[in-house]
Parts: sequence; structure tokens; C-alpha cells
Amino acid sequence: MSDGIIDGPVPEVEVTVVSQQPAGTDVAGREEPAVTPPRPEPVTHPEPAAKIGAETKLEMVDLTVHYGAFRAVRDVSLQIPANSVTAFIGPSGCGKSTILRCFDRMNDLIPTARVGGKVMLDGEDVYAAGVQAVEVRRKVGLVFQRPNPFPMSIYENVVYGPRRHGMKDRRQLDEIAERSLRRAALWDEVKDDFRQKSGLTLSGGQQQRLCIARTIATDPEVILMDEPASALDPIATLRIEELIAELREAYTIVIVTHNMQQASRVSDRTAFFTMGTDRAGYLVEVDDTVRIFTNPREQLTEDYISGRFG
Amino acid sequence: MTRVIWADRAATAVLWGIAFFVIGILLAIIGHFLLASIGTLSLSFIFGDPSDSTIGGVGPVLFNSIYILTLTLLLTVPLGILGGIYMAEYAGEGRLTTIIRFSQELISSVPSIVVGMFGLALFVTLTHWSFTALGGSLALLVFNLPLLTRLTEQAIRAVPADERRGSIALGVSKWRTIRHVVVPIAIPGIVTGIILTAGRIFGEAAALIFTSGLSTPSGYNFANLNITDPRSPWSPFHSATTLSVFIWKSNSEGLGLFVHQVADASSAVLVLMVLVFNLGARGLGRYLQRRVTGT
Repeated sequence: MSDGIIDGPVPEVEVTVVSQQPAGTDVAGREEPAVTPPRPEPVTHPEPAAKIGAETKLEMVDLTVHYGAFRAVRDVSLQIPANSVTAFIGPSGCGKSTILRCFDRMNDLIPTARVGGKVMLDGEDVYAAGVQAVEVRRKVGLVFQRPNPFPMSIYENVVYGPRRHGMKDRRQLDEIAERSLRRAALWDEVKDDFRQKSGLTLSGGQQQRLCIARTIATDPEVILMDEPASALDPIATLRIEELIAELREAYTIVIVTHNMQQASRVSDRTAFFTMGTDRAGYLVEVDDTVRIFTNPREQLTEDYISGRFG
Repeated sequence: MTRVIWADRAATAVLWGIAFFVIGILLAIIGHFLLASIGTLSLSFIFGDPSDSTIGGVGPVLFNSIYILTLTLLLTVPLGILGGIYMAEYAGEGRLTTIIRFSQELISSVPSIVVGMFGLALFVTLTHWSFTALGGSLALLVFNLPLLTRLTEQAIRAVPADERRGSIALGVSKWRTIRHVVVPIAIPGIVTGIILTAGRIFGEAAALIFTSGLSTPSGYNFANLNITDPRSPWSPFHSATTLSVFIWKSNSEGLGLFVHQVADASSAVLVLMVLVFNLGARGLGRYLQRRVTGT
């Protein structure tokens, strides 16, 4: 349960969480205070931050995403504390994945996509001029909805990232491979033949854990997961969920999921998104998962989690 | 219900029939020339002395075919693959790419005799090279490069986007992603492209008649490795009749006592060469893919 202290009225606008970061902490000295518009009394969360870790790992300020002329996402501002699991929930088409892919700039691959506002990793804007997308992606890994191992051996899959980043030492690569596979809870199943066996011969759940191992191998700080278990059977899903619980010790995890039980099982915090009449996705609220699922502040959230919507 | 079953059986039968028909044509071609060349096809037919007035000695001509094939592939394969990668990954969609694609299709479908005439004007007359293996290779390049570029582009485009994104998401640059994930996955398609290209090179006669010529210097000395010496078989600067041109020439001139036997046996050799080359290329492709994907 959250502490239950909520001061201030419930604002009627969709964005309820406003930067808790004091103005002026912006590293690059950009006009951060000027950009943050005046908002209704911010709803503060005194406890959760302390519970999970005081640091803010990821932050979005007034994020807007356009695909050509279509505005897909508008005015999303939220913070994601370090070493926590944050779930993104909401109906299909509300832009959860689009928002997720702003953290690692994967939207760059879509020629028509335009991102406005700020997306910050450790207080630094990942879209700032001079920031290389490849550098951002090394720190922010992404696990896809459908497992997508490369058509290579399990070993080569795992060391693919480190190899491409210039690591040549065999011993180091072997160490990384074993460590990553152990962390991804796949080691015991593949340790005998992971050098010869193709990643494609694994089951779906194993393939997804291989993809997680591959992501871990590049030593990221954040792991994004885009419906990582939606293509898996219940047992494989359970294993992925257990894995997420273990990984939260070391990484900041953001997971998009359609499965609300999953969100409530795996996450510390939950952000609920929906879309407006203009079909643009926006953030309704973000709060402790327990609170979202027991006593959300917004009627929209209440309707969605109780199945009256979407 | 029974109607559905019968329709299914009929469709299956038709498809099997077509498949057998295709295989049948291939076997008929091979069989026909092997039967026709019984008694002619022997080791001396290939390795015999070409100046001997009896049957035999297609060795130099066969060598020319392989030589021009190799030279053309050396020019076509790197350019075609890089061009295909460019078209698939970097060119984007625009007026320029539309023009390029249109030109590719147009050039690929120009009759090869026309390409031969063009080669005659450019690589024979204008350059003052006269008839050379290099001129022949360049003429072949004219219509094989667009084909291989196109086939490579298609093979690259067929690589699932998720594989590509998987690599990009690990912070790997686009070029490295192409090199280490996309191209390895596309290798079978690229190899198919190379085989199709090579088949056209082996089989081409019209474009070569006017460019690499109808004669071959007598007395090939394979020990002569000086490639600047036009008499060396390894030099690209001498006229070189290929096997296909030789078959055309034997049949059309019809001089000599055994022309038909020679033409038939040469055809058998050509068909076998194409077969060996295709199987070899497939094997090489599989080996390459295994190497680059590490399985």
C-alpha cells in the first residue's frame, strides 16, 4: 500500500505527475524551467521515491510524438525511479510502445516520426544535438514482443553486442556469455551445447530469455520490454515474470503490457495511458502499482482496470 | 465434402505434374546431349590439341568460358552486392531510385545482341583493345550488374525487420548491423542472384561475338603468367572464344568433318559446367552463411 497521503485536489487534466526534479538541475543548461509549463498543483509522492530509490533514472517532459501529420502521443511527463519496474498499461493504440521507444530512440528508425519535448536518461536529454543514438541504445536495452534471436549460435547471440562494440578477448566474451545466460535464467538449459546450438532451435520462452541475455550482455542500465510475454504460453510467461523480479535489483525496467495481472504482479509503479478523441495517446496517471489497482485517482483508470473500458 | 477433397487432390496432382515437367525438361536436355556425344566426349575432347584436325581440343575454349566467367563475376559481384545494399538500405524512396529501378529493368531486358553492338563500339573500337576477354566481360557486366543489384536488393529487403531492429537496439550501428546480421541472413538470396548471373554469362553468345571475338590465340601456354602479355591465357587482353560462342560458330559455319559431334559434345560440356557451378555456388553459400553466423 502507498502511504495514502495525497495532497492537493485531483486535477482534471490528464497529466497528473509533474517533475519533482528541482528546476535548474538540467545538465546541459538548456531552458528547462521555461519549457515546463505551469500546471495544477503537483501531486507529490513523498514515499514511493524513498522506497524504490531516490534517483530518477528516466524522465519525460512534455513528450509529443508525431507520425507525419498525425499526432500519436501528446504531453507525456513522467519520471521513472532507478532500480524499479514500471509498467505501461492502456488500450491498444494509445501509444505505449511509441512512448517506450523514445527512451532508446528506436523511433529514429521510422522516417516520419518526430519527437518533441524531452526524454532524459540520468538528467541528460537523449535527443539533444550531439548525442549519438547508438550510445543511448547501449545504455538502454530493448526486448521485443516477438523473440528475435539472430540465426546464430546461442553463444554468438549473447556476445553479439560486446563483439560489435569491439571486444575481442575470448576469455572476456566467454565470461560475459555465461554471466548473461545465468542472469537470464537460461544457463542451466543450454550450458552443454550453447556454442553449437542455434538460437532459433530454442522454444519461444527460451528465445525470449536469450534475447534478454543478449540485452544484458551489453551491460545496459535500463531494460525496456515491449510486451515481452505476449507471444508466450503461461509457463514461459511466468518464467519471464520471475526473471523481471530478479533483474530489478540491477536494472531500471520499463515494461509495456496488455495483461493487467502481469502489470500488478511484476511492477512497482504503473503508468496508465489512453487516447483522446483526436486519437493521440496521453498519460492519465502514474503511481504506485498497488494504488493504481486498488484506488486510482482517475475515473478513466478505474474504468479501465475494472474492465469497463477498452 | 468429397468435392473439397477432390479439388485438393486435383490441385496437388497438377502441381506435382508441373514440378515433374520442369525436372523432365532438365533431364531431357542433359540426357540428349550426353547421348549425342557418346563416342565424342572423352578426355581428349577436352584436353586434346585444338590444332589437330580431328575431333577435340575444346580445352582452350572451355578455359576462356571459365576465365570470362571469373573475370565478370569479379567485376559484378562486389559492385552488385554493394549496389543492392545501397538500394535496399540507403537510397530511400524518391525520384532518383525510381529512375534507377526503371533503368535496371530496361537494361536487363535489352537484347544481348544489342549489348554486343554497344560493346563493340565501346570496348573494342573506342578503346582500341580489339577483341578481348576484358571487353567481353565488360559487355556482360552491362546487363548482369543491374540484374545482380536488383536480386541482392530483394534478398536484403526480405530480411525480417525484427532481426535488424534487434541489432540496432543493442546500440550497433546501421552499417555493422547490415554487415553482421542482414547480409548473412540474405546470403542464400544473394547466391541465387550470383547463380542466375553466372548462368547468363556461361550461356551468353550474342554479346560476346562482337566483344571477345571468334578466335583464340593458338598455343595457350599456361606457364606464361605474365598477364600483360596478350599471348598468355591469363591475360584479359586477347580475343577469347567461349564455349557458347564456339558452339554457335561450329553450327553456323559448319566447316570440318565432325562439326555436329563437336557441337553436341561441347553442349554437353557446357550443361555439365553449369550444373557443377550451380551446385558449387550453393555449397559455397551454405559454407559462407555458416561461417558468418557462427553455427
